[in-house]
Amino acid sequence: MNRRQLLKSAGALAAGASLLPFLKTNAWAQSGSTAVVLIGNTINSLDIHRPGTNRPSYQVAVNVYDRLVTFGTRKLADGSLSYDYDKVEPELAESWTFSPDRKSITFKLKPNATFWDGTPVTADDVKWSFDRALALGGFPKVQMGAGGFVEPGQFVVVDARTIRIDLKRPSKLALPNLGVPVAVIINSKVAKANATAADPWAAEYLHRNPAGSGAFKVERWDAGQQLIYVRNDKWTGGPLPGVQRVIIREVPATATRRALVERGDAHLSFQIPNKDAQELAAAKKVKVTGSPIDNCLYVACLNQNFEPFRDARVRQAVAFAIPYDQIFKQAAYGRGVKMWGAKSAKPATAAWPQPFPYDTDLKKAKALLDQTPYKGGFEVPLSYDLGEADWGEPAALLIQESLGKIGIKVTLDKVPGANWRTVALVEKKLPFLLENFGGWLNTADYYFYWAYIKGNLFNASNYDDATVKQLVEETLHMEKSDKSYDGKIRQMIQKAFDDLPRIPLWQPTLESAMTPKLQGYEFWFHRQVDARKYKLG
Amino acid sequence: MNQLAIILARVLQAIPTIFGIVVVTFLLTRALPGDPAAYFAGASATPESIAEIRGKLGLDQPLPLQFVAYVKDLATGNLGQSISTGQPVATELLRRLPASLELTLFALLLSVGVAVPLGVLAAVRQDSWVDQLCRFVVTAGVSLPTFFTGLLLVYVFYFLLGWAPAPLGRLDMLHIPPPQVTGFLVIDGLIAREWGSAWSAFKQLLLPGITLALFTLAPIARMTRASMLQALSSEYLRTARAAGLSSGRVLMVYAFRNALLPVVTTLGMVFSFTLGANVLVEKVFAWPGIGSFAIEALVVSDYAAVQGFVLSMAVLFVLLNLTIDTLYTLIDPRVRIEG
Repeated sequence: MNRRQLLKSAGALAAGASLLPFLKTNAWAQSGSTAVVLIGNTINSLDIHRPGTNRPSYQVAVNVYDRLVTFGTRKLADGSLSYDYDKVEPELAESWTFSPDRKSITFKLKPNATFWDGTPVTADDVKWSFDRALALGGFPKVQMGAGGFVEPGQFVVVDARTIRIDLKRPSKLALPNLGVPVAVIINSKVAKANATAADPWAAEYLHRNPAGSGAFKVERWDAGQQLIYVRNDKWTGGPLPGVQRVIIREVPATATRRALVERGDAHLSFQIPNKDAQELAAAKKVKVTGSPIDNCLYVACLNQNFEPFRDARVRQAVAFAIPYDQIFKQAAYGRGVKMWGAKSAKPATAAWPQPFPYDTDLKKAKALLDQTPYKGGFEVPLSYDLGEADWGEPAALLIQESLGKIGIKVTLDKVPGANWRTVALVEKKLPFLLENFGGWLNTADYYFYWAYIKGNLFNASNYDDATVKQLVEETLHMEKSDKSYDGKIRQMIQKAFDDLPRIPLWQPTLESAMTPKLQGYEFWFHRQVDARKYKLG
Repeated sequence: MNQLAIILARVLQAIPTIFGIVVVTFLLTRALPGDPAAYFAGASATPESIAEIRGKLGLDQPLPLQFVAYVKDLATGNLGQSISTGQPVATELLRRLPASLELTLFALLLSVGVAVPLGVLAAVRQDSWVDQLCRFVVTAGVSLPTFFTGLLLVYVFYFLLGWAPAPLGRLDMLHIPPPQVTGFLVIDGLIAREWGSAWSAFKQLLLPGITLALFTLAPIARMTRASMLQALSSEYLRTARAAGLSSGRVLMVYAFRNALLPVVTTLGMVFSFTLGANVLVEKVFAWPGIGSFAIEALVVSDYAAVQGFVLSMAVLFVLLNLTIDTLYTLIDPRVRIEG
């Protein structure tokens, strides 16, 4: 090629480009039975047990697989729907009975329960699936452990349709924990056929090819772009979904998601920023649902390793200096549940979470601080996770400003998402930080177990108290109906009020925007899309 | 001169460079703060479960051993598995690189189509309205951040007017991607004679393409104008005019061709930074490109993905430089590449 040819061919290319054919597409009518859902994150696996599977992928476990049990539905005060923690309902199990000592639960499977390939769901499948959750380790194993399931020997096949789960001790957490996303029942025949010696649990296969009995099958998965569910018309786990197909599209930019749902090109934008929720709710073009996240609090943690925070008066001074109302307006955009300003210093009920008896009162804060050796003030870095900067940053700035007024000089420390777990939760070395733990199992003792017991992951404050430890130990497995339960929980909450290792800012909500046509949107503790009840009206 | 031999020599020269890049990226990713095992162990992980994950990822091995394993894998063409997306890195790159390339090339095509004539006209009619327009476009192009232009275009053409399709990636929801040949959906659609898919892919390409084109317009137009001005004021041009050659011939043959060299250089540079810099455009248009993949991987310390990304970019740049160098010799016979 010489330069003349090059220039000639460049010209030809340009001419060719201008002749691109302008053709019409087949006008596909948008069918009334396909729901389009937008999410902001990426689904990275179809197998919840696999190490490395991220949180957004849990929705596959929810929609595509069944568990033994599920939860009922309740209507919240604003008319929206939520799962009901206190109502455990059958999914694959038809019925269950506790042994008299409550140390084992026997499940009878539904006689007509079948996997997608038509084979019946058997007790062997249940056992294999639970064994797998323990064997693959990581998060599934930890979550199984929360219900008291720690070794495969606890899952006993009685006959093809009966499985017994033996517990080390009676626990109220055992049954609800069989309804969490990790407790899925997998078609073990299909999985075993695709297992290899190096991969006995078929993690490679199930990563891409789900094998279950759930309400939806995966029709297509373009990793990083979309996931398409198609209804399983033979589903036995519950009432058939109201939509034939659900397209889950990954759209990272929140502004784009907002435009799409406002234009009506998508039916639901799942989990939107509070700011968008506030504006969209005011505009009234689309429906916005904000569901309080059960057993979850946005808190400021005061680390006991940090000298000034060992003094309870300093911690209370901080609690009185936090500008709750401003934070609620500017960081939460008014969407959430207030967790401050309780009138009485004693918890009136055993409800959790409930408002703490602190409010912004700089005079009181100053007076408390003046009683301590730190009356001249001190300097402390306030850390927050960059991945949570949408609320962390405004909250941290407001706290910085307000604490400055009582002489506590706060510097801001932004920690990248990949480091956060290590420094904040594993090493627990940040003196002052914003944290957002929420428990799947909705009981106060479960929250306290993770967040108020020395050494446990979410106790980023290094709080250590013998009474609380004792109370958590006593209540964690105790039935809620036990006479002493409420009193003990109240005692525990009282300790949280007085000792303040964690100062709640507010209880967050899960916000979603949807077209009025979409019905059956329901909040679940796992905070993922559950499309099984969606209907297009 | 045997061009093929020269090209071969250039490729050989690139090998040490690429090996250096392999070593540096390996060390740099390991030096990243953060612990992928702790991150991927997920919520409520215990020290044991983190250790289990670390073992599975092979991160409990000493660094030299990890490196040997990595190079061994590389030699067999295995780039490892991305833990953040759950896919083999090679698959991920093969799918995402064409998406980014299609967008970038389309944007550059648009951009060159506008910027070069604009630059030439601005130089020929200095200080006329064309020149002012050129100045305006250039200033606007560099000063508007791409995500802003992108959102603005989405707002106007999709949200308000409804002319553009929903900004939902490379294809609308009604079409299935055509079988992969080039990885460019428009071209693949045409090859497979799936006109609907090709047209849909083209429409999806328009807004992000224009966004990127606006951004890349500036350097190309400026460079064209500057080098044209230089060529126009040169002695050989005065001679050509004095010799009575037609103004068209003077302009296109003598001035433009001489002005083309720096423009091609700029084009190469623009291409390389656009490939990396269109992350924000990818985010706005939900484009499954390589930029957002790399950023996500970096955020969660996904070693294999970061390494694969840097390596593929390095190879791409070597090829790009080679292409540009070859183009030089075709444009200007005085330029020779040394073997």
